[in-house]
Amino acid sequence: MSLAHPQEANKNLTETTATKQVPDRNGRFGDFGGRYVPETLTRALDELVVEYDRAIKDPDFQAELNELLHRFVGRPSPLYHAKRLSKQLGGAQIWLKREDLNHTGAHKINNTLGQALLTLRMKKTRVIAETGAGQHGVASATACAHFGLPCVVYMGSEDVRRQKPNVFSMRLMGAEVRPVESGSRTLRDAVNEAMRDWMSSVENTHYIIGSVIGPHPFPMMVRDFQSVIGRECREQCLSAIGRLPDTIVACVGGGSNAAGMFHPFVDDHSVRLIGVEAGGRSSAAGDHASPLSYGSPGVLHGSYSYVMQDEDGQTSDVHSMSAGLDYPGVGPEHSYWKDSRRVEYTSCRDDEALGAFDFLARNEGILTALETCHAVAKATETAKTMSPDQHLVICLSGRGDKDAGELARLRGQAW
Amino acid sequence: MTSIDDLFVRLKAEGKKAFMPFITAADPNLGFTRKVLRKLNQLGCSMAEVGIPYSDPIADGPVIQASYTRALGNKVKLHDIFDQIALEKPNLSMPMVSMVSYAIIHRQGPERFVEEAMKAGFAGAIVPDLLVEESGSLAKICTANQFNLIQLVTPTTPRERALKIAEQSSGFLYFVSVTGITGERTELPPDLVERVSWLRERTPLPICIGFGISKPEHVKMLAPVSDGLIVGSAIVKLMEQAAVSEESALAAIEQLVTSLLPAAGN
Repeated sequence: MSLAHPQEANKNLTETTATKQVPDRNGRFGDFGGRYVPETLTRALDELVVEYDRAIKDPDFQAELNELLHRFVGRPSPLYHAKRLSKQLGGAQIWLKREDLNHTGAHKINNTLGQALLTLRMKKTRVIAETGAGQHGVASATACAHFGLPCVVYMGSEDVRRQKPNVFSMRLMGAEVRPVESGSRTLRDAVNEAMRDWMSSVENTHYIIGSVIGPHPFPMMVRDFQSVIGRECREQCLSAIGRLPDTIVACVGGGSNAAGMFHPFVDDHSVRLIGVEAGGRSSAAGDHASPLSYGSPGVLHGSYSYVMQDEDGQTSDVHSMSAGLDYPGVGPEHSYWKDSRRVEYTSCRDDEALGAFDFLARNEGILTALETCHAVAKATETAKTMSPDQHLVICLSGRGDKDAGELARLRGQAW
Repeated sequence: MTSIDDLFVRLKAEGKKAFMPFITAADPNLGFTRKVLRKLNQLGCSMAEVGIPYSDPIADGPVIQASYTRALGNKVKLHDIFDQIALEKPNLSMPMVSMVSYAIIHRQGPERFVEEAMKAGFAGAIVPDLLVEESGSLAKICTANQFNLIQLVTPTTPRERALKIAEQSSGFLYFVSVTGITGERTELPPDLVERVSWLRERTPLPICIGFGISKPEHVKMLAPVSDGLIVGSAIVKLMEQAAVSEESALAAIEQLVTSLLPAAGN
């Protein structure tokens, strides 16, 4: 083993360098991140950096956000010991961080309330958002209804079809849902269209990006707002188990629930962190949405990160049955964690995720979002290799009611 | 000195303004791209801006998006574009610049991209998603190769920043007329003339205005305060007809360009 290839040696060197103290002032997580956007957006992004920095140092902002998270969202979300599931698998004790029990049924609300408060501080009068599964759209519509802000949500028309209940909810709360017909009619096209809206409306509009993607400061800011998940989870583990968990598993599309869950644990080297991407139908190009597993670094939607692109730099088509993971890119901090080997990334196929849906439904009485089912599937596999005195936490990022119709369709059942 | 630098020296001496059409490469095919370039050159256009089709162009309106989609739908590759432009280059006296996303430049590697673009006959590149802060390493490669890196200033750019961008730019400075995406506008912002004039007094670099320009009255209003004008979507919209009849598309483009050229004082 002494004749390690120089590149391998370098990789080992970087393994210990992941730090929580990223990004730098240019929005770089190591090499990843930055800002690749038209000049038109620069001033708004600079203003956002300044206002966000002011806000997080302002005790009034923190108090208002915490109050909302407590009384409006219902935080802290429970850390639930899934005893029956654990027993069934015969491995590690499985704990579920119940973000699905938040108001609006997913973790997305943690971020939209923070950004809606920033919108008001910046004296902007209109909000736009993109959405894939519709959870971020619903969370944006909710925050906007709460604060009386007009809200336009861009959503690929394929996603409008497969996530109908969320489209209806958004409209009930007064948001305008604009179906996007371009490209693959999914999350990537919704982001493009929201960016184009912002190019024209930037002086009075804030764009609430829903994941840890996009130009600086979005990846940092969304991670910070979502880190309430990991901070609570850390405390809850210490009090329930008396120590930190051995393993934490979360699903990764753009990667916001995973970033929020993982970030507070980055320095806890005893905790194994696993991110699960959408493996789709197979590992063949176009059949999955797993840029960290099969892609390479490139530029998409304002930052430098792992992405599925062809040899010319054109974004490749991707597939996942879950609208929230059906995205060719991923947040730059995940790329940083991958290359520094702090987080292990793997992928889970559509059929494995569907199996996990049923398993959790029947053994624990929880209907889980199809996105989250990817994490559940890999977690159950991992738990089986662990012993009953070990502890594994799954970030249960969203609930599955929204998927009932799509599940019925996928299985050829009446709904 | 690049061919773009030479062009602006000559235009200045003649008291003329640059007129610069934008076309999408490979919409609907590269044969047509070559024909359009030849036509634009014959008509006396000062320069041509060639858009490299990109899958996710967030600065572009529906017309150019649709054009990029048509081009990519035919599975055109970057090397095909470069090869065909290189073949046409000897027939063209006007310089050409490429409009290209940094996603594409990064995938090629900046050195290789600049080398291949120059071999194809491009004198420079406009990279609409590369901010001045991120442009350092590409700018260095461009300077070393005498390849122009044309940067953009917009209505939301603070004045101090505009000066910094002008310092980092070469060839000319692209002044975006509106806060928004590409596409025709009936009216341009009232303070546009004042903004361009302010910057023009403070930089030796030629300033060309683009986005939203489609009518002779736009050209007449902006020509006196700038060094050149860029017309994109109005021309690209006409390229769509080429899928049905290349002749009628060429004729329509000729008609539009001929109506705009005199307004630019050419």
